[in-house]
Parts: sequence; structure tokens; C-alpha cells
Amino acid sequence: MKKMLIALIAFAFTSTSSFAGPKIEVLHWWTSGGEAAALKVLKDDFAANGGEWLDMPVTGGGGDAANVALKARIVAGDPPSASQIKGPTIQEYDQEGVVAPYNIDPIAQSEGWDSLLDPMIAAVHKCQNNSGPYCAAPVNIHRIDWMWANKAVFDANGISVPTSWDELNAAAEKLQAAGVIPFAHGGQAWQDATVFEAVAMGIGGNNYYKNCYVDLKETCLRSETTVKVFDQMRKLQGFTDEGSPGRDWNVATGMVIEGKAGFQIMGDWAKGEFTAAGKVPGVDYYCAPTPSNNGYLYNVDSFIFYKTSDPDKQEGQKLLAKLMMGKNFQKVFNLYKGSIPARLDVSMDEFDKCAKTSNSDIKTAGASGGLVPSFAHGMAQGNTMKAALQDVITEHFNSDMSSVDAANALADSVLDNM
Amino acid sequence: MFKWLEKNLPKIVMAPAVGLIGWFVYGFVLWTLYISFTNSKILPKYELWGVGQYVKLWGSRKWLIAVDNLLIFTALFLIFCVVIGIILAIFLDQKIRAEGVLRTIYLYPMALSFIVTGTAWKWILNPTLGIQKMFIDWGFENFTFDWLVNREMAIYTIVIAGVWQSAGFVMALFLAGLRSVEDEIVKAAKIDGANLFTVYWKILLPMMRPVFFTSFVILVHISIKSYDLIVALTQGGPGISTTMPALYMTQTAFHKSQVGLSAASAMMMFMAVAAVIIPYLYSELRRENAR
Repeated sequence: MKKMLIALIAFAFTSTSSFAGPKIEVLHWWTSGGEAAALKVLKDDFAANGGEWLDMPVTGGGGDAANVALKARIVAGDPPSASQIKGPTIQEYDQEGVVAPYNIDPIAQSEGWDSLLDPMIAAVHKCQNNSGPYCAAPVNIHRIDWMWANKAVFDANGISVPTSWDELNAAAEKLQAAGVIPFAHGGQAWQDATVFEAVAMGIGGNNYYKNCYVDLKETCLRSETTVKVFDQMRKLQGFTDEGSPGRDWNVATGMVIEGKAGFQIMGDWAKGEFTAAGKVPGVDYYCAPTPSNNGYLYNVDSFIFYKTSDPDKQEGQKLLAKLMMGKNFQKVFNLYKGSIPARLDVSMDEFDKCAKTSNSDIKTAGASGGLVPSFAHGMAQGNTMKAALQDVITEHFNSDMSSVDAANALADSVLDNM
Repeated sequence: MFKWLEKNLPKIVMAPAVGLIGWFVYGFVLWTLYISFTNSKILPKYELWGVGQYVKLWGSRKWLIAVDNLLIFTALFLIFCVVIGIILAIFLDQKIRAEGVLRTIYLYPMALSFIVTGTAWKWILNPTLGIQKMFIDWGFENFTFDWLVNREMAIYTIVIAGVWQSAGFVMALFLAGLRSVEDEIVKAAKIDGANLFTVYWKILLPMMRPVFFTSFVILVHISIKSYDLIVALTQGGPGISTTMPALYMTQTAFHKSQVGLSAASAMMMFMAVAAVIIPYLYSELRRENAR
């Protein structure tokens, strides 16, 4: 009896406290098809390097549920080791004091992240107002300003890919006359804002975009250019069908795939729908940037690493940060996700035409000052300002508000939330 | 000892529940009240900041739209639910055949969640999928019914779906009320020469005062809290035209990272519910004490 007891105690100890090695708890919402498969690559890598991975997936609402869970954990004083957080929100969490002392910075320095990333993208992942140590790791770069067009529909109406907004309007009018819905759009606030930022960068130019939507200058927001941007939004609204309000983005993509509609303006995750339907870029559909002067609206998914006093978890954070920025994960993950690697030195050979375009365009845009953060996807502004802009854009798009009123309302909404 | 236990057992058994409710309901109401006086952004902060959040709230266009919508929705939802509920109850009260079946049919929507109701009505009201398409396919080329996608009218589609769901419940309340009236009263009225309309209008409905009151309280608090119906039906759209206070509150807290502002809006909703419930509880309790 006594022996058994000792054996039991010994067993209990070996099974619970034997592990000493890198350990990580990851809060994420990558649970669907491709994302889950890509994440498995990372988990396997992590295990192969002797780490223990505690998965904490929270699905629902495109990350809304996960954010609620995250806040609850932080308020309770027990943040996970890492979670999906991006853009200026990284700084907001840093200012709350839950990120310092930046456990992954030594890895970022020894791996030379500064030379692997575009400086603008690198800055997003540095805490202390974008200039201090690294505290987050990027996994991909999504491009927002894409136009997805059905090639058969375009060919049948003698339309080529438009290179200016006037050409785009003319093409849409042609489609409308032919009885095709020109513009497949889902009338949800974030989708309205997605189209808006592509139009703003295209019509106003890259500097206008930066002044207005990154620096939030009042004179810029009230300017004649903003009025023109809203004018173009009004035209685009005329090209949608009446079932558009409330429609999900992938339903709108489906309309383009089936040839019911001509084109959609949406980030590169839309490509997944075409791929799933067995369509080939350049053959069945066009993926072309919306008209702009070498502009590129980026949206980067990142993981932030919170403070922890457990040395095993600190090791885990370092290992995960290293693997996340590793060439293998950056390639595999982005093949699944439709985006491109955040690292600039990953070979693009296995990627499709659209991803290759994205990869070469980002370098051109980076060199010419056209690389700008998306505000609709929370890269240019925190959540408060993003919602302030979005509310006005969607209200204008769904009403008969005049462009001048909309520009003023946009400026007022920004000032109210400063 | 045994006697003491016997005497205090109910209290001991109730204590955990009272404690839990005290903390998780009233405790968090007070917590929310406190947070509404702080400048909390992405996470709660505890330094007091004054009434700034309330000033901001009542200066926000979106909140004012939400309050307008709440007033429109509550008024129409209440009127239509009660009127339709009473009419159905009176019809069912005529000792008709298959009453049980009909009653179940009218009451059945109540068994669905608002999410299901909202999703079904979203498809029915969508101009390219639902009623409008059906009539166009039947050959009425110019038929339009686009309330769901029309920002002026979208709030009324929420009323339609809400009434569809809740009118049956009001019917059940009134039917129970009508059935509890003694037959003699109706017979006496009929002997005095009253017709059926007069019997209901002058005698039975005035006797239903407590039922009116109960329906009023239940319907108003459903409408102040309504969230899932809007999420499923319009998501606050087109634009922000069908935003309601509960939707405003969750969006502000979890999408806009404005926890303090959201707490302020939650307190406004709390006060609105309290304004309805407290007089009701008061009158109920007073009646009980009077007995």
C-alpha cells in the first residue's frame, strides 16, 4: 500500500512538473480551413523544437469574440503569451503596460528583422510609439486595393482592366447597359470603408491619403479632394444592385465568380473564393490593383507578445517569434492565406500571379512613397478613429447625403474623437 | 440546534444564490456605473474623470440616431403587439374549433430566438431574394418592397419582425386574462342587451388592466434591450440608420475601444429600464400589501 502511494506520488510529479522547456499559450481565431492548416505547420515546427503549445482558439465574429476573451484575460491579470493583435492597437496595449519588458526583442535583433522587413512595416511592430524594441511579429501582408473582375464578362463587353477611375466608371456604365450588375458590393460598414480607402488613395493620391487618413489633418479632410472622393463613392453606389446592403463580402465575390456581376473591390483574401471555385487568375478572372499612382494599401496580421514572468513562457515567446518570421512559415502560411510574406526575402516561385504582382508592387510602392496603411482594417488608426471614419463613410454611401456635407461630417467626426 | 437549522435552513440554502446575484448583477451594475465616470479606452481604468463620457455620449450623432430608433421601435412594437395580440385573443376566445392548434401556431414564434427570426425575415424582406422578387417573378414588374435596404424605412422592418415574434405572446397573456373572467358577468351583460362588441369594449377589456400593464412592462424591456434582432436583420445598417442603444453599446466597447463611453450608454439603458420597471414593481408591491 505504502509502495503504491509512493509510486503514485512519484507519477504525479513526473507527469506534471517534468516539463521544462519553451512553452507558449496562443490566443487566435485561425480555425477555418486554410488558416488552421497553416497554423498546424507552425505548431509542428514549435513541437519539433522541443516546445509545448497550449492552443486557445476563440472563434466568432472575425476576431470579436477573441478580443473579448483577451480583454477579460488581461483585466484578470493573466494575459496569454501571445495573441493576434495588429496595427496601432499594439501601441494601445503597450500603453496599458501589459507588453513591456518586450521579451522577443533580443530575437528580433539577432535575427536582423530590421533588414528583413520594410521599415514602415517594421515600425508597426515596435513598441514605445513605433520606435522602441520589437514586441510583435508580422505574419503576412494583405493588399487592400484590389479589383477582382470576371474576365469572361469583361471580354464579352469589350472591356479591358481600367487604369483610371474615369475608365472604371465608363466600364461600369457599359456593363450596366448590358444588363450586368457592374459592381458587386456588400453594404456593410467595413466594406464601404474598404472601397472608400481605395478610392481615396486613387483619386486623391498618396500624399492626400497620408495627410487625411494617417495624420488626420482637418484642412485635408474638408478639402475639395475629399469631396471628389465622396463623388466617386456616390457613382460606385449607383453601380451596385439593390440587394447590396448587409451582404457578406464572400457572397459579393460569388457574384463575380458566377458572372452575375463585373467586379468587386476587396482585399486579397477574396482570392481564396476564386481558388476554391477552381478559377485561375489571368484566365478566368483578373486581379488588378485599383487605379492609383503606384499606391499600395497594406494590412498586416501580427502577433503581440505579452509580459510574463514564467521563464518557460519567455523561452516559448522567443521560439515562436523566431519561427513566425522564419522563411518556411512565412511561405506556407501565405500560400494558404492569399497574402504575401512580410519578410521581403522569401522566394515567390510557388505563389500565383496575383501574389507575385502584390510582391513586386509593394517594392515599387515602398520606393516611391506609395506604401500606405489601410485605415479600414485598423492599420492607420486605432479602433476609435477607425470607427469614427467608418460611421461617416457608410452613412454617406447608404443615403443621399451630399459630398460636401459628407466631407464636413468626416472632419467633425474625427475632431470629436481626437 | 435542529430547531435552529429548521428555522434558518431556507436562509442558508438561499444565501449562495443571493450572494452570487448580489455580486454578479448589482456588483457589476455598480462597477459599470463607476467605469462610466472614468476615461477608460481599450481596457478599464480606475481614475475618476467626471461626466465627460455622458457629455460625449449625448453629443454623438450615432447615439442620437440610436435613441430615435429606440423611441420609434418601442412605440410601434408596443402598439402593434398589443393590438394584434388582443384581436387574436378575442377571436380565439369565441370557443372556436381547433383552438389548441391555432393557439400553438400563434404562440410558436415565441419559441424561436430573435436571431432565427431576424435571419428568416432578412431573406424574406431582401428585395433580390424575397417578397419583391416573388411578385416580380409573378409578372408584377414594377412591384417594389425595399424597406430593408432603404435607410428611411429599415427601422420598420425590425418592427415587423419583432411584432411577428411577440404578438402571439401578448395574445396568450390576454387569452388567459379573458378566460379568467367569470361567465356570469358576460351573461348578465348580454341579458341587459349588450352586443358582443360592447361586452368586450366596455366590460372585458377594462377588466384587463393588469394584463395591459404586464404586457407593457415585458414589451418595453424587450425593446430597450433588443440587440440580436438587429444584428441578424440589418447589423445596424443601411449605414448606421438602424443602430439601437444595445448595438451602440457593444460596438463602442468592443469595436471602438471606448469602454468608458460604452459604460455610459449602458447606464442610460439601465435607467430607461429602471424607469419602466420600478413603477411597475412599486404598484405590484403596494397592491400585495393592501391585501
